[in-house]
Amino acid sequence: MLEDKDRIFKNLYNDLGSDVVSSQKRGDWTNTKELIAKGRDWIISEIKDSQLRGRGGAGFPTGLKWSFAPKEIGSRPHYLVINGDESEPGTCKDRDILRFEPHKLIEGCLIASYAVQAHICYIYIRGEYFIDGQKLQSAINEAYKNNLIGKNAAGTGWDLDIYIHYGAGAYICGEETALLESIEGKKGQPRLKPPFPALVGLYGCPTIINNVETIAVVPTILRRGGKWFASLGREKNTGTKIFCISGNVNTPCNVEEEMNIPLKELIEVHAGGVIGGWDNLQAVIPGGSSMPLIPKDKCETLTMDFDSLMAEKSGLGTAGIVVINKDQDIIKCMARIARFYKHESCGQCTPCREGSGWMWRMLERMAKGEASRDEVEMLGDVTKQIEGHTICAFGEGSSWPVQGLLRHFKDEIKKRNKFDPIVKENKNIPYLVDQHLLDKNA
Amino acid sequence: MSLRRPAKDQPENFEFNSSSLEAANSIIAQYPEGKQQSAVMALLYIAQKQNNNWIPLAAMKYIAKLLNMPYIKVYEVATFYSMYNLSPVGKFFVQVCTTTPCMIRGANKLVEACKEKISINESELSDDKSCSWMEVECLGACVNAPMMQINDDYYEDLDKEKTLKILDKILNGETPKPGSYRGRINNEPENNRKTLLEIKNA
Repeated sequence: MLEDKDRIFKNLYNDLGSDVVSSQKRGDWTNTKELIAKGRDWIISEIKDSQLRGRGGAGFPTGLKWSFAPKEIGSRPHYLVINGDESEPGTCKDRDILRFEPHKLIEGCLIASYAVQAHICYIYIRGEYFIDGQKLQSAINEAYKNNLIGKNAAGTGWDLDIYIHYGAGAYICGEETALLESIEGKKGQPRLKPPFPALVGLYGCPTIINNVETIAVVPTILRRGGKWFASLGREKNTGTKIFCISGNVNTPCNVEEEMNIPLKELIEVHAGGVIGGWDNLQAVIPGGSSMPLIPKDKCETLTMDFDSLMAEKSGLGTAGIVVINKDQDIIKCMARIARFYKHESCGQCTPCREGSGWMWRMLERMAKGEASRDEVEMLGDVTKQIEGHTICAFGEGSSWPVQGLLRHFKDEIKKRNKFDPIVKENKNIPYLVDQHLLDKNA
Repeated sequence: MSLRRPAKDQPENFEFNSSSLEAANSIIAQYPEGKQQSAVMALLYIAQKQNNNWIPLAAMKYIAKLLNMPYIKVYEVATFYSMYNLSPVGKFFVQVCTTTPCMIRGANKLVEACKEKISINESELSDDKSCSWMEVECLGACVNAPMMQINDDYYEDLDKEKTLKILDKILNGETPKPGSYRGRINNEPENNRKTLLEIKNA
């Protein structure tokens, strides 16, 4: 288990208070000026040394992303945008940072803004987190009052304004270009890439977009050194991460742990074990709903980091772990996730808009045992038609969980849905049967 | 995608009152000059707050004029995002999360409670027109499942009995205390905390 002294979010459970004075007591804002005085190149190289990877789901190296920002400010200003849209089912880590560690985030914003030469930073928070956003707003107001941001922020000579922009209940706005569209006051429909936002982003200006957790760990990395961060976890999967463990466990919780921690340790030690005991475990969704599930036998030895989960054909995503025990109907669980994606598709690309509904309806039927045997293969085919044929990664996000279900629980589906091509049995399910074939039988 | 339609009965006129206008102007100032369209989402919220929790078409027209943008663009935004209510929802708007992490911890019991207390169908006003409920997608409090949102507040760690009590309160016009209803502190593992103990006990 990670030692307490190596935990970055010491106030994860709000034992200490989230105001500026108590934040300063635990080390925030203590030497921001000195850190920034070391210069842009030092900051970026230190972040590169730490091998920090984005915490929002894709796991892109943060230092590399920052280095994509143009070196000189041209005719267009630079922007920093923080993604706090957190809507992935199973994930609730950013909420705790917004409400309990806002000063880590604000200080991170200042350092990141300096590193990418932005004078304006927008923090995009999902609309449902209004109360938590208000807590962040009062922390921002405190920071302005103490001259930590604003003109000559924290005595560094850098000017920075931070504004909060609330979303309004659209999952897709967690996608970075949809988020930019949303800030521009449009429907949140993703843009084609390239051009990438680092060159053409918000209002057509160079924009760096990072997750809340990514930015909030930056000040601590710079204080304790990239080497310290890189010493935790393993190569290319370094540092600490907030894991959200939800579902059928005895004590669901958020906990900050080292990368590469065994999944079993997270569930057994922190989450108090699976309800009904470890043997009652059915499957685990390791990284938020869009990551394929992992069956029980693999959970024994699985370690939680980007690359080891990739090897299991899943992913770390946002590290929102959903534990599903044997009391649950796994097909129904996945059908509900498919309904989520059907509801949240932005409607821009046809394969996703139509396919997500298609997958949902098929899975609902399969959960009830109303599908025919050949439909199981057809469902796999539909997921392949969506994946890779859409503008953004939503297509993958909606089809991967279904593929995961088919990969590991195909027998279960086939057991429940075993009638042969419907026509033979003349089964009375109109939407499954070509009507003209039925007529011939009659 | 979800299907969203504006209500049939629409008021003729809508205008911001002075406090709404003040809030709107301070938000418009957050965005660069000429980019006032960015404020549309926040302004729709303000309109919704002023107009008993829902947005009439007249408000969209008013906002379009205020921000100097086409009405259809405002309409697009208002119909795209699911948190803008296009028809009356009552003073207390109950949203029950039923996505998988909540579902497997018994969110359907919460739905049952809402059906018993408020109305049989979702998005239907209760008898006294004071509240309505609907199923929504993940609200981002998965470790506190099952949970629901009433207006801005989160009510966490619920079961059917607790939900019924909360609904009784709002039907009486009271605002119940938000937060966990099992008495746990934020997102810590209940009675099983293994981390940051020195800080807790300090």
